[in-house]
Amino acid sequence: MKEPIEKPDFEGLSLAEIREIKAGMSHYEDKTAASIEALKIIQKHRRWVSDECLVAVAELLEMSSAQLEGVATFYNLIYRQPVGKTVIHYCNSVTCWMLGAEDISERLCRYLNVELGEISADGEYTVLPIVCLGACDHAPVVLVGDKLKLDVTENAVNEIFGR
Amino acid sequence: MARIEIDGQSYDVQDGDNLLSSCLSLGLDLPYFCWHPAMGSAGACRQCAIIQYKDAEDQRGRLVMACMTPVKEAMRISIDAEQARQFRSDNIELLMTNHPHDCPVCEEGGECHLQDMTVMTGHTFRRYRGRKRTHNNQNLGPFINHEMNRCIACYRCVRFYDEYAGGKDLQVLGMHNNVYFGRFEDGALENEFSGNLVEVCPTGVFTDKTFSARYTRKWDLQTAPSICIHCSLGCNTAPGERYGELRRIINRYHGEINGYFLCDRGRFGYGFVNSQKRIVMPGIKGQTETTAEIAENHFRNLLKYAKSVIGIGSPRASLEANFALRSLVGEANFFLGLEDAEHTLLNAIVEILFNGGIRSPSLRETEQADAVLIMGEDVTHSAPRLALSLRQAVRNASFDMAHKMHIPLWQDAAIRQLGPIRSPLFIASICSTRLDDVATGTYQGSPDDIARFGFAIAHCLDESAAEPVDLSEDEKSLARSIAKALKQAQRPLIVSGTSCLSVAVIQAAYNVAKALPAQDKQLTFTLPECNSLGLAIMNGRPLQQAFDSINDGLADTVVILENDLYRRASHQSVDGFLEKAAHVVVIDNLENQTVGRAELVLPAATFAESEGTLVNNEGRAQRYFPVYPAADPIRGSWQWLTRLENSQWRHHHALTAACASAFPYLAAIVHAAPQTDNIIKGSKIPRQPHRYSGRTAMHANIKVSEPGQPQDMETPFAFSMEGAMAHVQPALLPVIWAPGWNSNQAINKFQQETGGHLRDGDAGARLIKPSGSHLPWFGHIPPAFEPEPGLWRIMSLPHIFGSEELSLQSTPLAERLPDLCVLLNPQDAESLGVDPGDPIEICDPARNFLLKFPVNIEKTLPRGLLGITAGRPEFQPLKFLDQVTLNKANPEQQPNSEAPL
Ligand code: SF4
Ligand code: SF4
Ligand code: FES
Ligand code: FES
Repeated sequence: MKEPIEKPDFEGLSLAEIREIKAGMSHYEDKTAASIEALKIIQKHRRWVSDECLVAVAELLEMSSAQLEGVATFYNLIYRQPVGKTVIHYCNSVTCWMLGAEDISERLCRYLNVELGEISADGEYTVLPIVCLGACDHAPVVLVGDKLKLDVTENAVNEIFGR
Repeated sequence: MARIEIDGQSYDVQDGDNLLSSCLSLGLDLPYFCWHPAMGSAGACRQCAIIQYKDAEDQRGRLVMACMTPVKEAMRISIDAEQARQFRSDNIELLMTNHPHDCPVCEEGGECHLQDMTVMTGHTFRRYRGRKRTHNNQNLGPFINHEMNRCIACYRCVRFYDEYAGGKDLQVLGMHNNVYFGRFEDGALENEFSGNLVEVCPTGVFTDKTFSARYTRKWDLQTAPSICIHCSLGCNTAPGERYGELRRIINRYHGEINGYFLCDRGRFGYGFVNSQKRIVMPGIKGQTETTAEIAENHFRNLLKYAKSVIGIGSPRASLEANFALRSLVGEANFFLGLEDAEHTLLNAIVEILFNGGIRSPSLRETEQADAVLIMGEDVTHSAPRLALSLRQAVRNASFDMAHKMHIPLWQDAAIRQLGPIRSPLFIASICSTRLDDVATGTYQGSPDDIARFGFAIAHCLDESAAEPVDLSEDEKSLARSIAKALKQAQRPLIVSGTSCLSVAVIQAAYNVAKALPAQDKQLTFTLPECNSLGLAIMNGRPLQQAFDSINDGLADTVVILENDLYRRASHQSVDGFLEKAAHVVVIDNLENQTVGRAELVLPAATFAESEGTLVNNEGRAQRYFPVYPAADPIRGSWQWLTRLENSQWRHHHALTAACASAFPYLAAIVHAAPQTDNIIKGSKIPRQPHRYSGRTAMHANIKVSEPGQPQDMETPFAFSMEGAMAHVQPALLPVIWAPGWNSNQAINKFQQETGGHLRDGDAGARLIKPSGSHLPWFGHIPPAFEPEPGLWRIMSLPHIFGSEELSLQSTPLAERLPDLCVLLNPQDAESLGVDPGDPIEICDPARNFLLKFPVNIEKTLPRGLLGITAGRPEFQPLKFLDQVTLNKANPEQQPNSEAPL
């Protein structure tokens, strides 16, 4: 008996984004089930999810911004702050940590001249930790964009940037 | 029942319960965090570990979480096993790695479950030397402080706020060892039950902001069992005082009413007690200085020389105060002080409750309902705690399903995983309500239409009930589907109340209840004030007749008890009445317009400083006790009324007894509080904890010698830390405390079983005995409401923070008042050419300008109705008008300065 919320524009989102999210929503009975997908759509277009976008998406999915923020901050691959074009996730869970994850992260950061989470000056890279990538037998492991680098050594910089 | 062995001892425990709850019910100490008796188990904190053995031979056993392990016949467990102890101590050490150890500046300190559990597990020495994660805190509005560093991530807050209370703006953010419990951004918590976070959170993350301003440790507060006076439900509270000031209110467990939770009005609405508007001295018009003696003499003389005295009672004053007034002026001269409409409504409700043959449920019973129909109420606003109960009732279908699937009912997460399986809840109301999110179906209409809709449902259930004509097809089919759902229910509940100011709605609700086939059906009404039902039972005359008797010269003197008549009748009529009366005596606790017109003002104690009996909407009489003595010359209203020498009552209990014998329906009120005969002779129950400090020093700035403790001649309590605590019934305990249990969670030690009734029974005397008889069908069906062009009907919509007289005077609540605006249907707004926020002029039908307010659009409000916030003084001039006309106002002009008040 309740009318659906009819908002002509969700401030801050592009028409393409709205269209794609709505298409995603149509696959589920419960709109909120599309929340991860919606956040990924935003990232596809903008690389990260700003506060403004988050509020707009929450409205679109008819959930509270706090609920969507709960989803967004739960997943490692949803970025709530700007990131470079390629995000380098080094695994810092137990196995990789034992086999030198911290050293690798330091090398990468020094090479790019960034702190964790920062964007390199050329706008290309951000380094972030991530939880176990399920490749412990090849630890330490680094996820570069969507490519997995296995058995990374102290030559991490070479192995990742090819120099 | 199952027989189990715990550390070599045999115990009989409830089958199917979890081990944690069973152990606590047995009175054993077992630490826990995430489990909550009202919310079940989550298995999140790992604190309740015990050893479970395979069989009688097993010596090793294995660690299990007690809260996640069901009781089984012949099971063997150990709480004391070294391994279990070690695990629990290690676990708490881990939970505490990020904790700032800031107890001395933490407001939870001294009543902190985390402190208690830490001591219980023996983790007394910190080894962690690493960095701690820290968080930014948020401003969560006027009620709640946020100090996230103290969080141990037990998840109780979100489980309560989101899952139990339906709030969406507090969530868990982040992940693994960096979780954050907060809002998306700073801002007041939206849910009406946010205050419970203070007690639900086992640490000092969420604390009471209103208390912070004038903070005192629990052990330094003076407390007495009290009853919330901010609505008709009568939740039990434990107010705390220090230095003659009411400092805070917390929940006091009642197994039938509020359980563990209060609403935010009840918890944070106490500020009026300390307010600048308190009347602290008697006043006689034209005299600058008055003492209690002079005022009393004046009162005596007025009564003596009056031609005839009438008394006006009050639904916010105790039975005893009303009865004392009635006795003073005589039965024929006693008026209830209710406007005609409310008077008629309450009489109709009394008739139905006492003679209708349908049980009026306690809140606990409403939670058992498997189908609910609400008629004409937005219960979150008119009887807040009931809304929380109904939100749980909706879950009964998922409990039934869980039962079929052999999932124990305390397996909270598993049951929630079953998805949104809901018991039917139908809401017929004037516009959308705060429970709509869990409703199966809603219907919006004018009060007349709600009544018609109810009559239609009743007729669908039983053809002999009257049938309304000309219902739309939609209405008919919805009525049919509601009837069908109610018919299938075993424990259906009908909720109605006075918000619509419509007798037809009440009668329709009765017809529906009467027509239900179920044996275990229930009918409850929400009422305007804390003692509305008690007053109505006293059977006095309506307010208008009081006006008539003065205006006709039958009486010349009037005594008004705790009643601001300007809230009850139009300005003109009250003005006329008070002018005509030769002498006006007002007994009240806050300045108000009526007080302003009195010749003699007598300062009355509030609920926190006096005793009395109130009857809640269920028909349960409950006693409240003074938390601290009223500052001289303030007195309890009943005392002002009985101190005159011709009075027969020197003591409160005598007055209660006289009241009980004067009204057969009130006979049981003498049992409104537990008897205290078994308490050691001659000693009283201390209001102050045994650690109460500073008694000899707190008045040293006034006088160095320690003053004697004030005597309490009226109640079983002492204003002292000395007294007898043994054998005190839990329902009478001022402070909930047990060795090792300093937080309110000590209540475990005083219940028959965790989450159950208090040992020796919950307090209160039910006055209504379900009788076998029934009333005949009501058949007076109003015609459908047709909006008249150019005219709007005023709808006074209750608001949790905006409507109740006393809490409105409490500072923190003022920040949560609804916008000062009127509600209109979108089409009506369009026809008037107004947009949201535009000012609109409200005029009487003769087009005399009354008020100007901004408009808010409410999609669900039917056409032809104008919504205002009930009880809000700014809207008072509209309350007594049936209809108004509206004009778009010139936006350049400043909105509304002409309004009286
Ligand atoms: S804020 Fe309190 S209730 Fe919430 S998770 Fe932390 S400790 Fe538990
Ligand atoms: S529901 Fe009513 S009685 Fe209970 S705490 Fe709230 S205002 Fe007080
Ligand atoms: S610990 Fe790095 S991949 Fe598993
Ligand atoms: S209380 Fe058992 S795991 Fe938290």
